[in-house]
Order: sequence, then C-alpha cells, then structure tokens
Amino acid sequence: MSFESLYRIAGTAMNAQTVRLNTVASNLANAESAAADPADVYQARKPVFAAIYENGLLTRSAGMGGAHVQVLDVVPSGREPVRRYEPGNPLANGQGYVYYANINQIEEMTDMMSATRSFETGVEVLNRVKSMQQGLLRLGEN
Amino acid sequence: MSIRIEESLGVHVRALELRMQRSEILSANLANEDTPGFQARDIDFASEMRQLEGSAFSTLGRSADAGLQYRLPMQPSLDGNTVELAVEQAAFSRNAMDFQTSLTFLSMKFQGLKKAIEGR
Repeated sequence: MSFESLYRIAGTAMNAQTVRLNTVASNLANAESAAADPADVYQARKPVFAAIYENGLLTRSAGMGGAHVQVLDVVPSGREPVRRYEPGNPLANGQGYVYYANINQIEEMTDMMSATRSFETGVEVLNRVKSMQQGLLRLGEN
Repeated sequence: MSIRIEESLGVHVRALELRMQRSEILSANLANEDTPGFQARDIDFASEMRQLEGSAFSTLGRSADAGLQYRLPMQPSLDGNTVELAVEQAAFSRNAMDFQTSLTFLSMKFQGLKKAIEGR
C-alpha cells in the first residue's frame, strides 16, 4: 500500500483509454477504405480490458488492494464487409464490385466520447493523489 | 510526566493510513469503469476504524480479506460492470478531502507538540 500503486492504477487506466482512443481513430480513419478482395478489407478493432488484481492475476485476492487495468488484446470485429457496385473505381473487380469496411461511425463516435471521459477521470484521480502526497510531504512544516 | 509521541498523535495516523487504502480501492473502481464484469468494491470506513482502534500500527491490509465489500449498483449494466462513475467519483473526492482533514489534524498535533517541547 503506497502512493506508487495509486499512481499505477491511474496510469494503467489512462493507458487503456489511450489504446481505446487509438483504435477508434484507426476505425474512423478507415471507414471509407476500399479493397478489391473481401479478405483484405479493414476490420474495426476493439480493445479488450481486464482488471488485474494486486496479486497480478485476473481473480480477486484476499487483501485490501485495488486492481489496475490491462489491455489484454485488440480484436477485429469480424463483421462482413460491405459490397458496393462501383465499376469506375480502380480497385473494382471483374464484376465491378468494391468492398468497404463495415464500420458503424455512430458507435465509434460514442466510443470516442466515452474513452475521453474515462481518460479525464484518470487525470482527475492523478491530480487528487498528487495533492494528497504534497499534503503529506508538507506535514510538520511551520 | 513524559510525552509519548505515538500516543499523542492519537487516531489520526491510522485514519490517514485507512484513507489511503480506501483511495486505492476507489481509484481501482474508477480505473475499471469500462472493464466488463468488474465489480466495484469499497470498505466501511467506520467499522474498519473501530477494528483498528487499539491494534498496533500498520496491521492494515495484512488481515485476510478485511472488510472489503461489493458496491450495490443503482442500475446494473448488461456487461456485469457495477462501477457507477458519479458514485465512485463522489466517494473518491470525499475520501481525498477526508485525507486532507486528517492531515490537518496531524499537523495541528505536531504544532502542539512543538510548543510543548520548546516550552512556550
């Protein structure tokens, strides 16, 4: 139990949200990315968060410690690509079809807002912990 | 008559320690706000404090599964996560303020001791 674990918890939370924001940015940027082959189409990515308890495991420990966040993996959404008839497109196949990534932009936007808010919560926690430690350092002065 | 510094600081050292422990638990709740299946936890400060009274210093957190309890969500979410941001943020803020209060009390104790030592 120390300030160090507090900093680590807040830090991992902010890191996890940054990864999430990264995937959102990537998904939104590639929303209109086309490909000639459905297998080559960009797939929306989503991070998987997990709580790691103070014993370093995914299961709860007996002690009174907290839990930090870890990004276990970033998984593709596995959605079917969208087929569009665009014979003028240089990527079009023999039948004139182009494949686009199936990305729900509204979903990504709300995900982005949620990630931003959660990141701000992490910053808030860090600020609070900082002022707690500063107060402790000033103890006994004057 | 002699002054025992540990005794004269009273309950505040332990309160401070418990406050810090609680802030760790609450910050873990806030950190796992988006983790599916995470269950928010907290301690009952008053009962923990009562338990600590009379015990030696720094026995905190060593005892097996001390009074760690699960938070009852007002509105459970589908992914099994029971963290409610507003509730946790309020609890964390309150806890941080109480930490500062304990610090202020301790600092006042130190001032009193200093006066006694210097004989003013």
